[in-house]
Amino acid sequence: MLLLDCPCCGQRGEETEFHCGGEAHITREGPSSDDAAFEHYMFERVNPRGVHFERWRHVAGCGKWFHAARDTVTLEVWGTYPAQTSRPPEELLEKIRAARPGFKWRDIA
Amino acid sequence: MSSRLAKGGRLIDRGAMRDFTFNGKRMKGMEGDTLASALLANDQVMMGRSFKYHRPRGVVASGAEEPNALMGIGTDGHFEPNQRATTQELFEGLTAESQNHWPSLEFDVGAVNAKLSRFFPAGFYYKTFLWPRSFWEKVYEPIVRQAAGLGRAPKDRDADTYEHLYTFADVLVIGGGVAGLTAALEAGRAGAKVLVLEQTAHWGGRAPVDGGEIGGVSAEEHIAALVTELEGLPNVTLRLRCMGAGVYDHGYILGYERLTDHIADKSGPRHRLWRIRAAQVITATGAIERPLSFAGNDLPGVMLASAVRDYVVNFGVAPGDRVAVVTNNDDAYRTAFAMKEAGLDVAVILDAREAGGGALAIAAREAGIRVEPGRAVAKVLGGKRVTGVEICAQAGSGSTIETIPCDVVAMSGGWSPVVHLWSHCGGKLYWDTEHAMFRPDPEKAPTSHDGRAFVRCAGTANGEMLLSQVLKDAAAQGHAAALAAGFEGTPSGLPEVSEVAEIPLAPVWIMPAGASYDKRSKAWLDFQNDVKVSDIQLAAQEGYESVEHAKRYTTLGMATDQGKLSNINGLAILSDSLNEAIPQVGTTTFRPPYTPISMGAIAGQGRGETFQPLRRTPLHAWHEAHGVQWEPVGHWRRPYAFPQAGESTHEAVNREITTVREKVGLLDASTLGKIVVKGPDAGRFLDMLYTNMMSTLKPGRCRYGLMCNENGFLIDDGVVARIDENTFLCHTTTGGADTIHAHMEEWLQTEWWDMQVHVFNVTEQYGQIGVVGPLARQLLELLGTAEISKDELPFLGWADRLVGGIPCRLYRISFSGELSYELRVPAGQTLALWEALMEAGKALGVAPYGTEALHVLRAEKGFIMIGDETDGTVTPQDLNLHWAVSKKKEDFLGKRGQLRSHLSSPDRWKLVGLETLDGMVLEDGAYILDAGQNDRGQRNMQGRITSSYYSPTLGRGIAMALLKHGPDRMGETVQVTKLGAEPVAAKVVDPVFYDKDGEKQDV
Amino acid sequence: MSDLTGPAPVTALGGAAFEGYVRVAEEPQRAMFTLRGDLSATAMKNAATGLAGVDMPGQGQAALNAERMVAWMSPDELLLTLPWAEHDKACAQLDATLGDPMLNWGDVSQARAHFSLSGPDGAVREVAAKLAPVDFSPAAFPQGSFRRSRMNQVAAAFWCPAPGRIEVICFRSVADYAFRLLSDAARPGSEVGLYA
Repeated sequence: MLLLDCPCCGQRGEETEFHCGGEAHITREGPSSDDAAFEHYMFERVNPRGVHFERWRHVAGCGKWFHAARDTVTLEVWGTYPAQTSRPPEELLEKIRAARPGFKWRDIA
Repeated sequence: MSSRLAKGGRLIDRGAMRDFTFNGKRMKGMEGDTLASALLANDQVMMGRSFKYHRPRGVVASGAEEPNALMGIGTDGHFEPNQRATTQELFEGLTAESQNHWPSLEFDVGAVNAKLSRFFPAGFYYKTFLWPRSFWEKVYEPIVRQAAGLGRAPKDRDADTYEHLYTFADVLVIGGGVAGLTAALEAGRAGAKVLVLEQTAHWGGRAPVDGGEIGGVSAEEHIAALVTELEGLPNVTLRLRCMGAGVYDHGYILGYERLTDHIADKSGPRHRLWRIRAAQVITATGAIERPLSFAGNDLPGVMLASAVRDYVVNFGVAPGDRVAVVTNNDDAYRTAFAMKEAGLDVAVILDAREAGGGALAIAAREAGIRVEPGRAVAKVLGGKRVTGVEICAQAGSGSTIETIPCDVVAMSGGWSPVVHLWSHCGGKLYWDTEHAMFRPDPEKAPTSHDGRAFVRCAGTANGEMLLSQVLKDAAAQGHAAALAAGFEGTPSGLPEVSEVAEIPLAPVWIMPAGASYDKRSKAWLDFQNDVKVSDIQLAAQEGYESVEHAKRYTTLGMATDQGKLSNINGLAILSDSLNEAIPQVGTTTFRPPYTPISMGAIAGQGRGETFQPLRRTPLHAWHEAHGVQWEPVGHWRRPYAFPQAGESTHEAVNREITTVREKVGLLDASTLGKIVVKGPDAGRFLDMLYTNMMSTLKPGRCRYGLMCNENGFLIDDGVVARIDENTFLCHTTTGGADTIHAHMEEWLQTEWWDMQVHVFNVTEQYGQIGVVGPLARQLLELLGTAEISKDELPFLGWADRLVGGIPCRLYRISFSGELSYELRVPAGQTLALWEALMEAGKALGVAPYGTEALHVLRAEKGFIMIGDETDGTVTPQDLNLHWAVSKKKEDFLGKRGQLRSHLSSPDRWKLVGLETLDGMVLEDGAYILDAGQNDRGQRNMQGRITSSYYSPTLGRGIAMALLKHGPDRMGETVQVTKLGAEPVAAKVVDPVFYDKDGEKQDV
Repeated sequence: MSDLTGPAPVTALGGAAFEGYVRVAEEPQRAMFTLRGDLSATAMKNAATGLAGVDMPGQGQAALNAERMVAWMSPDELLLTLPWAEHDKACAQLDATLGDPMLNWGDVSQARAHFSLSGPDGAVREVAAKLAPVDFSPAAFPQGSFRRSRMNQVAAAFWCPAPGRIEVICFRSVADYAFRLLSDAARPGSEVGLYA
């Protein structure tokens, strides 16, 4: 059972306080999008073995959404960061690059 | 015979006799006994029968690894099967029963299986019961179930209670032997918050029995000093009878504390599940002795060498009068000394090693004990208990050299470190050839959230076998754990240890080395599941080469003991059969819990009234006092109906409906979601959430709205009221209150974080009462409610008013088609308002109504219900709600999804009403048949019933359905399925059955 | 319109109490408000601290003075509690102080069930620790701590107003569930001695 540090309220909580919202940094496609773009937005998700970026919500806590970068194999959590961004912070990426040289997640490397 | 010795027994209190019963027979034991030691003291050597062959079995071990001595303990609501007699402490009045036998332990009919063992080889179940398939349920399963053993399931409801406890530690030490205590002290001295768990009732583990001097005192005295010092440290917590059951991700550990299993008073919680988070975990779980595989090694009286000396030293019990020790290592010699010291006979020590043992062997000879190097057990003699052993050369095929009478055989095949907890969370092992054991590989430890190792093993669990090495390793691990948890400190010095040196064991997996099939088929590996050496060899021969396959094929290690005694031996036999090295074959997976834990402990407080939260409205108690029939709606209970004396539920529902249509009814609508959306962008935000336009709503007015998900499917509906320029109140369905609130927060926080909006879920701040029916206004006026005429408070308006002196917000909204006011009232005043309405309404014939009446009323009006007309695949357009889907808005959630080809197809099933030709009620969920069959030979369908009720207003059945091209087919007759009967004919009609022009609600 | 109008509000359990090795009691009605917006805004601070007469709490903290409390709920939310008698006055003052449309408040006085655990400090802490995945040790949860979490299966917030006392709020609809859980955890005979 994971431990996560909520970047919004500063609490470290066990997984039962949180709810996972799946893959992070997905761009919403609206009414003007074509079928391919909309289907990609709605249905296509990566399922990496290794570094992954996810959305989480501190449900039984401050109620805020945030992002987490973790390794889906070792379950190491590289860090958590606020939801109001479309890309992981550079210093977090540096940390992941140092630990997992050459990692690639979608267009992030 | 086995008996109580005249003296000795470090754990028992000879002054405190304890009465207990075994299979109804009264016996006496002593305080401090385990059930196993007390049974042995009463010469009860045979304690159960095996699972498959029902062979007589005695206790083989003295601790958690025991496979044989499983008992049903307790009576009635306190009964629990499959409890190990070796870990069950004795208390006054304990009742125990043996298992897996019929009609009695001594005489068992199922033992005939043993005679047929040739016909029950490995994989027997797979081979025999596979075909014909139809036989499984009626023939095979009943036979297997009848024969399948172990304890009977309790019949009574569990009378005990259980609880959880969350706790946090810097360093958690699992195991309170000398290694665990040493490691704990080291970490504790460094200032770490330390928690030590010991599964037994005593500190010290094996050291007090196995001897050695530490710091010039006996191991026992040293342990007492360690405990005293640890107890004095405020940062250290010690718990006995608390097992480390499992190690999980990120330093999560389950501890299983047994609080009342050892006492007669069962009033407190029986078990407590410790849910622990630790920065560092030290597993100091010791080692388990391995049996040797020789013919007849499962007879009652054949025991682990360590267990024999445990019974003598700890409990003052002689497992027999005359022991034959058979070993491949030096350690087992200690059993001979313990027996001799207790005044018992040692017939012989058979040391399988050609060159014999080390210093202990010399000491044995000097003590006059017969020691036979290079010798083995050819066969154990006896039926229900050991009468002697035939001995042979270990090197040969087992020709008997000599027969030696004895009544106990103490066997030792070496020791396996308890690496279970290390392995639970991914710790890897390596094979130590010299000691023939798997050891934790410190380079491949389980890692935590920070990527760092968080488990370390200490002492014997880490593969250290000598006392001096154990202490050195334990201190080092304790210190390292404290450092890893962020503490500083200098390592304490190590005490002097005086011990006897040992020479290496010789791996012995089969005894004798060239044992014939006859011997191998009587040499047991897994005592509980009756797996023999020959079974593993057969599995290998038949191609089950993976250890995981061989395990499942033979059931080795699949019993309640999970192969604690059998796995390594079985693995060695398998690798030998495959001509591969042991590490190449590998181990099966170690999974938690270490030993079985009770379901009650897992459930904790989640039982009875607190099994799950039951949500109550402010009127819950009133409903209960007025004959309510409940309907569960999520975690809520909502009134389904209020049957009066002599009334059936159906009659009550009809009466409630008629009351609303003709007079006035009261509805507890408190469960409906109430979400305040506030801020300069509130209108813009709601325009994105709802399919229709909300920003144009005028303050003081209400509007029905629909919400879809991005797929375009309906997820919720409800009335939105505009409170002021910046404030809206959104009503949701009962089930939607929390999910829609979360849905709003999600979009605000993760997509439109630039919007200036705050969302407040005030669902529980208020009760809500529907006052519904043609006399509704009259009722409110009786309570002095001012300004509620059609002009002052028109349909779809809202206003704040005092009703009976209670501050309310009145919404003119209707889900029944009648004149209706929904009264929002602070939760703490809801009951007062309800009672005032009931009292004032008496003269008008007021009555409360429930959810079933609500459903029928809305169905008569053709109003959809989320969850009935929708199931997550239905769009607003399917329900003819085009009018509530804005064409003007550029974007809203679901707009793009609804443009997809399947969602915009003209062939979708759409909402219609259905009336049977004879007035009967259609079955809810029934299908509307179409011509022909699909490619699987099933009848084609063209629609389904979404709601179906008897309408007392119309005096007939009415239904709502989704039907292909439905709205274009008015007047057509369709065929609707009926379970177990011919299809029913129904006419397609307008889904609005009552007051089509909506005149009654707008008065 | 005033919430002090009409009959006095009843709490969810009518002031139920359980005498275990810790006393579990439903607290009397209190005025309780959710304040949303920029916590660093002067108007926000003034609204909260002015009414409660306490300092602004930091993250994970509650600033307390008897029934008056300001608690840090999230980066944009405070919980304000006051004596019930001050409810209406507080509403008016909140309206007046929080003029900015992005500083908002909501009345949640009756949306909650409010319990206290009182007794020996260690016992109070361990009763709470039976139900929530929170470190309630004196070092991790000192006086003035405020923690939102869950109590078994329902959301709950815990705070420590003084040694030997922990207060809990949960939603009103699950008051009975929460009270049963707390009472069971405080049952005599189930003492752990964890913080003794």
